[in-house]
Amino acid sequence: MDGRRRKVPEEQIVYANILYYGGIVGIIFMAITFAIYVSGNLPAYVAPSELPELWIHDTHEYLEKTGIPTGWGWIGLVTYGDILNLVALAFLGVITIVCYIAVIPILVRKRDFIYVIFAVAEVVILLLAASGLLQAGH
Amino acid sequence: MLEATAWWVWPIILFVFTFFLGILAVMAGVGGGVLFVPLVSGFFPFHLDYVRGAGLFVALTGALAAGPGLLKRGLANLRLTMPLALIASTCSIAGALVGLALPTSITQTLLGVTILFISFVMITSKRVEFPKVEKGDRISQTLGIYGIYYEESMDREIEWKVHRTLPSMILFAFIGLIAGMFGLGAGWANVPVLNLMMGTPLKIAAGTSKFLLSITDTSAAWVYLNNGSVIPLITIPSCLGIMLGSYVGVRVLAKASPKMIRTIVIAVLIFAGLRSLLKGLGVWV
Repeated sequence: MDGRRRKVPEEQIVYANILYYGGIVGIIFMAITFAIYVSGNLPAYVAPSELPELWIHDTHEYLEKTGIPTGWGWIGLVTYGDILNLVALAFLGVITIVCYIAVIPILVRKRDFIYVIFAVAEVVILLLAASGLLQAGH
Repeated sequence: MLEATAWWVWPIILFVFTFFLGILAVMAGVGGGVLFVPLVSGFFPFHLDYVRGAGLFVALTGALAAGPGLLKRGLANLRLTMPLALIASTCSIAGALVGLALPTSITQTLLGVTILFISFVMITSKRVEFPKVEKGDRISQTLGIYGIYYEESMDREIEWKVHRTLPSMILFAFIGLIAGMFGLGAGWANVPVLNLMMGTPLKIAAGTSKFLLSITDTSAAWVYLNNGSVIPLITIPSCLGIMLGSYVGVRVLAKASPKMIRTIVIAVLIFAGLRSLLKGLGVWV
């Protein structure tokens, strides 16, 4: 386009494009799954009518009363409307990981090895967070 | 009384509430998370765990929506972001784990103290549009952190470089910890550090801060999600409401007085911070 555009490095443009399309898909996915959930088109694992009595308690008690599994255990319950919403939210968490993976080959090609290390380390950190291995509790 | 309200009323109330919060946040130049967490935890019946989980997704969706435009226009800088994000996102995981492990009363009290501190930072911190950085420090030179962006208001290109990189990295570790612990977006802290400490121009600081949230909050959001602290009926209407509100807020921004809006937001933050503090101490439950 003009000089301004050329000053933005290639990896930044690639990152921005994935973030753009990922963000749009993620937000639409989130809105659709929420509409499915609240319309009652899919059964809910925890009935919405029970939630006002549950969300006043901390996570530990909530999990104990509902039996919702932690970590990635919920992935086996995606046929339930409320759990399907978690898939949409998890998708938002995947976008940044994909962006980082996509810029690694560009950084390698530029022989920008310090930033390759930063990118790989960030992917590892995000995958660790996403793995469900890190559990906390009251 | 509120607990007896029909379930479907809550997503509607949250959507409307966060819609107006989104407008207010944009006009005051703050992220939605910093207003969302203290206000919703203080005045809604939800446990703090789910409010923090929702707060992270609120900040994350806002950052995902704004990030691409900021990156393409060069107002967010990937080279500046990557080392800082690595530190902040690692520490935000630690913050999330600590926040979820602490007793609620302690977390609520600390949230109140943090929000009051943020109000203080907002009142006292000055912002410098074009900070003077004579020479980039050794770390920033090694990492090649510098840039050029087009400043529309002046119709010219602005070159920038950064200094005090190491102390700023230490501060970003602390910022990440706070963001994960309380589910707050961290724009209130990112911008002063990037602008006043490192010396990036204000627009680059604001743009990079917003983009940085998409990484910092992702790691903490995963911890909350995998620990079962995310309830979609609370989280999704809040994300959608604040996004729509931010969209409208950008359009009404030109007609509003930014100084007055900022004063209102600071007053709301002080009130929400006091409420959180007193709730945590058991004085005003």
